[in-house]
Amino acid sequence: MTTPTTPAATLPSAAAQPSRAARTPSPGPTAASRRARRKRVLHWIAVHCVAVALALAFVLPFVFILLTSVMGDGQAMSGELWPASWHWENYAKVFRTPGFLDWWRNSLMYALLGTLFTVCSSLPVAYALAKFRFRGRRTAMLLVISTMMLPPQVIVVPMYLVWAQQFHLSGSLWPLIIPMAFGDAYSIFLLRQFLLTIPKEYMESARIDGCGEVRTLLRVVVPMAKPGIAAVALFQFFYCWNDYFGPQIYAAQNPGAWTLSYGLESFKSAHSVDWNLTMAATLLVMAPVIIVFFFAQKAFVEGVTLTGVKG
Amino acid sequence: MALSLSSGTRPDTPGTAAPAPDAWLRRKKRRDRLRTIGFLSPWLVGFSVFFGYPLAATVYFSFMHYNQIKQPEFVGLRNWSYVFTQMPLFGPALWNTLWLVVVMVALRVVFGVGIGLLVTKLKSGVGFFRTAFYVPYLAPPVAATVAFVFLLNPATGPVNEILAAVGIDGPNWFNDPNWAKPSLVMLSLWGIGDLMVIFMAALLDVPKEQYEAAELDGAGALTKFRFVTWPNITPIVMFAVVTGVVQTMQYYTQALVAGKLASGVTIGPGTVIQPGYPDHSTITVPQLVYQLGFQNFNTGAACVLSLVLFAIAMAVTMLLMRRKSGLLSAED
Repeated sequence: MTTPTTPAATLPSAAAQPSRAARTPSPGPTAASRRARRKRVLHWIAVHCVAVALALAFVLPFVFILLTSVMGDGQAMSGELWPASWHWENYAKVFRTPGFLDWWRNSLMYALLGTLFTVCSSLPVAYALAKFRFRGRRTAMLLVISTMMLPPQVIVVPMYLVWAQQFHLSGSLWPLIIPMAFGDAYSIFLLRQFLLTIPKEYMESARIDGCGEVRTLLRVVVPMAKPGIAAVALFQFFYCWNDYFGPQIYAAQNPGAWTLSYGLESFKSAHSVDWNLTMAATLLVMAPVIIVFFFAQKAFVEGVTLTGVKG
Repeated sequence: MALSLSSGTRPDTPGTAAPAPDAWLRRKKRRDRLRTIGFLSPWLVGFSVFFGYPLAATVYFSFMHYNQIKQPEFVGLRNWSYVFTQMPLFGPALWNTLWLVVVMVALRVVFGVGIGLLVTKLKSGVGFFRTAFYVPYLAPPVAATVAFVFLLNPATGPVNEILAAVGIDGPNWFNDPNWAKPSLVMLSLWGIGDLMVIFMAALLDVPKEQYEAAELDGAGALTKFRFVTWPNITPIVMFAVVTGVVQTMQYYTQALVAGKLASGVTIGPGTVIQPGYPDHSTITVPQLVYQLGFQNFNTGAACVLSLVLFAIAMAVTMLLMRRKSGLLSAED
């Protein structure tokens, strides 16, 4: 974009009058249009300067984490910002830390099974809440939203006692995974919001063609609701991957069942001064979610807007 | 008679039998109800087993003395009076949670609207900026907190190094009782991505004609924001405030991890750490539930606190239902 600058101001102001009267923006080089143009350019510069400054503040933490993660042991404890020499082997060292690979496996198992269970159990519920008419539908919806809003700490004590004393499953992640096979309020809510946007006619015509409800759901609704299902699956995957409270309650006493999110904190405690290794481990915990995001950006952004804007 | 007639096929001629359509309708109704229950069954089971039961049990245990080994023993309101009048950490935890709810939610909403406005005003590089503002939101809370404890660490952290380079003596951040909560707020502002996306969508939905009309009337940028943008995005702001309050009431991981790690940096490993380092400035109600229930094995007091949390969360949720926040408006 080139900017016309100096001669604009010297034009007689009378020349501006006709163009303002005509009101349609003519491409002619009048003072008013140039003034407006200059204003626009200044505006462009101001907005982009603010954006660049803010973007720096958002990106720099990642840069510092990366730079520190490849520093030598001695330098990581100093306040220097740029690595004197690049120690990529820090990442290998993190992977060789006892337990680190187990944490990866546990995180993946928790996230994948949890996501699968949640989607399979929440979809029929969401479908019923979105498309069936029955007494108590509104109440059911209110209950779903209430559970969605509830802090997990409210019910954790008795829940823990049941899993530990009746089922002897403490020290594993199963107390977190099994409940996901029985519907997750947040996923039900999101899926329902999405299913509401599918016109009724599709389901009616499927019914006329002789499909039962189950077949309608699998053959007609699921293919149309793929973006919504993808968003919910992603959210649930991230939720499990990021969960700290759950593994702390159920898996704390058994390091073999720790997840990455939980293990990272103890990794830091064990390597209290090795900021380079800690930062390498931190990046390794962040990486999967960010990589998944870049592959599924569209579904993700759709899901986020679904929570607030649609409806 | 009617029974045998209506079995199997539906009566297509109304003349054959008067009661038949009735029976058919009743049967269809029952089938519909069974179908509905079938579809809802995962949630019906989940809701009663993983929500109804533990909630009832929480109420039960709040009147019991129970250390998770001996049989529970009824103690009346003693747990309640203990929590409200004697427990030393209850006051700080409630205060910190409320502080975070007010300050963090308010700043996040303001900042979210600001970033949303900024990105919608950009003419070039929108994709880059949107991604840059969004990605930190994805960082797992524990990882983000560990990273911030490093970035803000008083002795050698990059932030204080940079501040020192321009001649500012940086604060002790997570190691200073007055700065610990503001540091957590900074961490939450770094993860503004979710609100940014919601507000961007809302801002792009504001009808263009309204801006044009305001411009014709000679409105400046501020007037346009006040009288065009704001009324259009109020429902989304309400939504962001209420969900923000609900989320912040659960605020746990970041506060706990930051407190633990920051304390380790200064006093070294092996020291017994009181929750909420430094000086209880980061202990929240959920942390206290964990502390009581899983470290002190004071089940009764933990359940009392759970119920306090439940009551506040329910009150906020009721507000959400009453207000037109878009949550229930789509009753097709």
